[in-house]
Amino acid sequence: MLKFILKRLGYMLITLWAVITVTFILMHAIPGDPMSNLARNLPPQTRANYYAKYGLDKPVAEQYVIYMNNLLHGDMGESLKYPGRDVKKEILRYAPATARLGLQAIAIGLVFGIVLGIVAAFKRGKWPDYVVIIIALLGVSVPNFVLASILQFVFSVNIPLLPATGWGGFAYTILPSLALSASALAVYARIMRASSLDVISQDYIMTARAKGVSSLSLVWNHVIRNAILPAVTLMGPMIANILVGSFVIESIFAIPGIGSNFVMSIYNRDYTMIMGMTIFYAAVYMLAVLLVDIAYAAIDPRIRIYGSRQ
Amino acid sequence: MEKLAKEQKTSYSRDAMRRLRQNKVAMASVFILLFISVMCIIGPYLTPYDYAAVDTSALNQAPGAQHIFGTDNIGRDLFARIWMGGRVSMLIGLLGALVVTVIGVLFGGISGYFGGVLDDIMMRIVEIMNCVPYLILVILISLIVGQGMGALIIALAITGWGSMARLVRGQVMQIKEQQYVLAAQALGAGPARVIAKHLIPNIAGLLIVEITFDIPVFIFGEAFLSFIGLGIQSPGTSWGALAASAQQLLMFYPYQIFFPSLFISLTMLAFNLLGDGLRDALDPRLRH
Repeated sequence: MLKFILKRLGYMLITLWAVITVTFILMHAIPGDPMSNLARNLPPQTRANYYAKYGLDKPVAEQYVIYMNNLLHGDMGESLKYPGRDVKKEILRYAPATARLGLQAIAIGLVFGIVLGIVAAFKRGKWPDYVVIIIALLGVSVPNFVLASILQFVFSVNIPLLPATGWGGFAYTILPSLALSASALAVYARIMRASSLDVISQDYIMTARAKGVSSLSLVWNHVIRNAILPAVTLMGPMIANILVGSFVIESIFAIPGIGSNFVMSIYNRDYTMIMGMTIFYAAVYMLAVLLVDIAYAAIDPRIRIYGSRQ
Repeated sequence: MEKLAKEQKTSYSRDAMRRLRQNKVAMASVFILLFISVMCIIGPYLTPYDYAAVDTSALNQAPGAQHIFGTDNIGRDLFARIWMGGRVSMLIGLLGALVVTVIGVLFGGISGYFGGVLDDIMMRIVEIMNCVPYLILVILISLIVGQGMGALIIALAITGWGSMARLVRGQVMQIKEQQYVLAAQALGAGPARVIAKHLIPNIAGLLIVEITFDIPVFIFGEAFLSFIGLGIQSPGTSWGALAASAQQLLMFYPYQIFFPSLFISLTMLAFNLLGDGLRDALDPRLRH
């Protein structure tokens, strides 16, 4: 198991390096240079100073070496738009809000998705099944920003129950977490319904039933353990979905998180910020996928054995 | 022999069509999509107002007899704008899916058919692309290629072909081991002929299903980019851009976000349902 984790960790570092390099190349492939738009109206001498400050007067290859070196020392540079703002500090400042929203959304999506999927499978062809199917369809068809607007309008404009925007206590996180979790919930409900239906028709379920195992214990001990495997593989895409979803959801609910700041950096064409946040998002995503894979190996011994033999 | 093969092929696709027609949900989706497509073509001409014409005497009007869907914050007719925006959204969905299919089939087909080192390198590229959330990659690319419809399609397509390539590769690797392919190769058929005559027809059904599911992904991608300000720029518009500008006025003029949201959701829903229907209709395992 340890060997499996170490191997994956090493592989992840190599991929992360590739992602950083590609991001760097992309940022420097933008027509003009990162500063050209921002420094347009400055006098020549000031402009030259600015270019020197950010190292933009050097050849791209040298800039790359400097950037990578700084990155290794935990320095992501300074914001172009707001000089003095350290990219890493900004990310660390805004990360907690995004992390909280994301974790809440994943929890909601997982728990409700799995429960709804299992309920639908056990009530196949009856009304709870149809309700779940409709929820699953709407969840993948209604874009998250539309859902966010609906939630915001219904629960804070029409019925003033929850705050519409801002960031404070738990009440502020409810609507954004719900909006963010919808597509994960829908996908989970759908996949759990399908895999539970598969499991329910197996002989061992009939055996357990014949032995008089109660429904709850049947679900807990037999159905979930076997039906959850296909759902675990979908964790990766779900996490990506929630990470990217934070861009629009945080903007709509005016939440001071990385997502809304990423969108602001795009508006401002603040390239050092964009790069730093892209790398951060990529690293978080890769780490999350790694954790999912480890969890998968822990749940299913077959993968663990197969993985170590490779 | 060739005639027989042809007959069977038509009977298969006829069979699939018959099954699709029996699927009420899928057919309803087809009609919804046809209706939206027709309205995107003729819609802007059904109203006397131009989609870009500003009317300062009619700002933020609610839907009514004069402006069917109301007007926006600078007095542009939303009915005309919805259908002009629909053209952009639908075109990006369709063209994006088409471009991605071509790239994905070529990439995955070559990778799967030849295998070996080439396959290794090509799959590593796909894997690295999969290490960054798809839409973040789209954002980076669209910072380079700029804004507008063509640039959006490029940005979405450059980053979106990975899953299609994987799917095609898997299928090709499976099919190329089949005996009829071996027979064709033994009879002297080159790679081009095997790919064109045996592999592509065999994965066509799967491709159609995949394309149907890809279209809503692109429509959402465009809406997402427009929503964060990287998409279609004013006075041009799309459903995503309309929803984005209406979102800012949600508290005061909620109706403005209703129609763009409705049509995005309806279109995505219909494509998803049609994809489900097509998959059921084309799945050979359900044939008997």
